[in-house]
Amino acid sequence: MRRLLLVFLGLLLGAAAGASELRGTGDLGVVVERASGRLLIVEHSHDTRLAEIDGLGDLSHASVVFSRDERYAYVFGRDGGLTKVDLLTRRIVRRIMQAGNSIGGAISQDGRLIAVSNYVPGGVRVFDADSLDLVADIPAEYQPGKFSKTVGLVDAPGNRFVFSLYDANQIWIADMSGDPHKPVITRYKDIGKAPYDALITPDGRYYIAGLFGEDSMALLDLWHPEKGVRRILQGYAHHDEKLPVYKMPHLEGWGIAGRQAFVPAVGQHKVLIVDTEAWKLAGEIPVHGQPVFVMVRPDGRQVWVNFAFPDNDTVQVIDVESRKIVKTLKPGKAVLHMEFTPRGESLWLSVRDANRIEIYDTRTLEKVKELPADRPSGIFFTDRAHRIGL
Amino acid sequence: MTLKARTHMHVHGAHGGRRGACVRRLLLFAALSGLMLSAVADALPLQRQAALRDLVHEDCGACHGMRLTGGLGPALTPQALQGKDHDFLYATISEGRPGTPMPPWGPLLTRPEIDWIVDYLKHPEGRP
Repeated sequence: MRRLLLVFLGLLLGAAAGASELRGTGDLGVVVERASGRLLIVEHSHDTRLAEIDGLGDLSHASVVFSRDERYAYVFGRDGGLTKVDLLTRRIVRRIMQAGNSIGGAISQDGRLIAVSNYVPGGVRVFDADSLDLVADIPAEYQPGKFSKTVGLVDAPGNRFVFSLYDANQIWIADMSGDPHKPVITRYKDIGKAPYDALITPDGRYYIAGLFGEDSMALLDLWHPEKGVRRILQGYAHHDEKLPVYKMPHLEGWGIAGRQAFVPAVGQHKVLIVDTEAWKLAGEIPVHGQPVFVMVRPDGRQVWVNFAFPDNDTVQVIDVESRKIVKTLKPGKAVLHMEFTPRGESLWLSVRDANRIEIYDTRTLEKVKELPADRPSGIFFTDRAHRIGL
Repeated sequence: MTLKARTHMHVHGAHGGRRGACVRRLLLFAALSGLMLSAVADALPLQRQAALRDLVHEDCGACHGMRLTGGLGPALTPQALQGKDHDFLYATISEGRPGTPMPPWGPLLTRPEIDWIVDYLKHPEGRP
């Protein structure tokens, strides 16, 4: 009996040690180690690694969204895997294979639904955020028996999801605000050739799709969806010295500071400045290579830019006020992603070929710390949970 | 080595305004690569082969999937490429596919390098 009691006490102590002290999750994040199918859990109060989570499948082009309590990370894998990870217990809570080939997802405004954008089978599937049970299947059937790859899936106010059909030149809105099992779909046709990615402005008003097949973008005003999609920035990608595009820029990387959006040019060594009221070009900044991510520091004062192969060893920092490059950094080969801490005093970036994360002080522009990581790609901090479109 | 030289040149070409230097470099490069080609045509150095394999999975993989099972671009697995001959695949990599996001890799890679990639895609087993 006494022995049993001791064992019981021991178990209790063990459990307490496992859970460690109480902690919040607002300073947590994850780093994708895509080649090894692993996720690192990190924290940015003291800039440390906390844990490794294995067994997430093919994480090429993986992306992550967070539950509104910032406890759970939903990881979207290329192989159709959707994995829910508990950042506190540091375990996989549930993992499903929901499709054959996927490209990212979104969490609904009310936090109850997770939507995944699929290439195969072409369409969007929506899952219960708690259980990952299927709530709605939205095949992107644009002709009888023909299904489009879907891209640029975002959440929008009104518990809507918005996405584009790469093979069908369409934008669809799936309104989940009624019965989520029966989403109401609005379809916009002929929005432009080959939408390859999209973004929603941080206020949730404008959905903008990048078009591979033409030198313009497609804009949908979600305050006035009845007005339809219009073309903006015609000719923005046209240039005599246009180069082959070895990496399509990410539109999620559009940085919006005040009424200026900083936008990666396609196929040119430039960051474009777009007036977000007129939706017209308002300037351009020559940079080191073809930009991939153009990220604005949360206070809107700086823009950090990384570049496509073969210039992906470089990062440049632009001062928003003067539009001048204030620093050129050479972190190492294959800088794949960057993420600001919530208030922007630090920036983390992944250097794939150097197997490390580098952390910069954004005031001094000096590196303050390195963390080892196995061929890291995406970095995602939990404050994304409270931002529209992320 | 060869790739590095070419890449460098490509970047300068892109900035424009240094055409003279660019052309001289091009000539020098052509002369050098002419000498090198015969040496590398049969077998690329192992290190270079490993770098090319990385390129295939990491950079081609951005569109075709890191495991080449497809993405915005089609799958590049041996099964998916069955019936597509060497010349066709070579031309696709070298010149790209106009009207699609597939860019021409000719400016960045040598002939033997593209040959190696085609062979690797068709027969990935037994490669470094």
